[in-house]
Amino acid sequence: MNKILKMIVVLTVIGIISGSVLAIMYQWSLPKIIENQIKSTNEAVFKVVPGTVKYKENSVDDLVYFDCFDGTGARIGTAILCSGNGYQGQIKLMVGVNADLTQFTGMAILEQLETPGLGAKIAEAKFQAQFKGLASRPPIEYVKGKSPSRPNEIEAITGATISSKAVVDIINKTVEQWLRLK
Amino acid sequence: MAKIKVKHTLFFEFVKGLWDESPVFRQLLGMCPTLAVTTSAINGFSMGMATSFVLICSSVIISIVRKLIPSQVRIASYIVVIATFVTMADLFLKGNFPEISKALGPFVPLIVVNCIILGRAEVFASRHSVIPAFVDALGMGIGFILALTVLGTIREILGSGTIFGFLQFEPMVIMILPGGAFITLGLLIAFINYLKDKTKREEVAPACPVPYGSGASEVK
Repeated sequence: MNKILKMIVVLTVIGIISGSVLAIMYQWSLPKIIENQIKSTNEAVFKVVPGTVKYKENSVDDLVYFDCFDGTGARIGTAILCSGNGYQGQIKLMVGVNADLTQFTGMAILEQLETPGLGAKIAEAKFQAQFKGLASRPPIEYVKGKSPSRPNEIEAITGATISSKAVVDIINKTVEQWLRLK
Repeated sequence: MAKIKVKHTLFFEFVKGLWDESPVFRQLLGMCPTLAVTTSAINGFSMGMATSFVLICSSVIISIVRKLIPSQVRIASYIVVIATFVTMADLFLKGNFPEISKALGPFVPLIVVNCIILGRAEVFASRHSVIPAFVDALGMGIGFILALTVLGTIREILGSGTIFGFLQFEPMVIMILPGGAFITLGLLIAFINYLKDKTKREEVAPACPVPYGSGASEVK
């Protein structure tokens, strides 16, 4: 009996101490974690819709998008958060469209788990830059091994067609969904 | 319980973690983070630091309370102590180094089940006083950091053509894929075994993972 009591007391005490320590630690680090999240969202929004000074977050169902405004308060575009399956895991990205919905203003990959050296090239500036100034209608298409000839085309990464296609599909699907909301 | 009492100097307890009982190269413990996160030197180093922090703190705490914990609930107690420090390390990384936290992903929370830490707690910290436990954990921790950094550096040089983000070579993609981890680790262990055979033939090296003179095989 004594033994059982001792075990219970010891485990309870350890649990209480560890719980309190973690509570303090959590309170201390939570503001920093939130700050980091805001910072990374800021960076992405400012990158995909250049000229943004402030933005307003909206979410409808599971679609999250940010209306972007310039210094004078005029709406200059929207940054849309997109996610979907890539070759090896989820790809999360943000894409910017201008105010009259004719052009994409930029794209930023936020998270990806594609093959390093191949599919992971979607996170490189060279691939992302193709989306700047791309026509938003009709839906984006990709071409392989040659330079894009139409305003809605991008060039897929050599050896990583699946990853390139995944990015294009994710953007097309999410933008479609977002347009229907409008 | 005939325990062979071998008295070791603190220096011995420290150095054994670096070479003779190196957690990665000799004991082959903690393979999961070793293989998974060493795609670059900085990732390996950060993982090593996080693990060492947990290892040192939990070894010290476990060594302090070792006489208060009934042996039936010792593993549960150790895990709670370890999990507390792991969560602290995880929150700290998330708050202060979001990039590193993102790169290490789920492997920081997984330090809880890292066998180096529970191993040291069970065979060393729970049987020794605070100072030897601290020194042992420090040695093992530094050994782990060294191993991960070496592995990360080799894979980064060959796989991405950079060192800590600098320099440029033509990269060999396989080295940063999982296969590269196995190849690098295997060759490194082979190399260390070769050195060991050559230099320390007459000295009795302990057969790992049973630590030297700590009575690890004793059953309570």
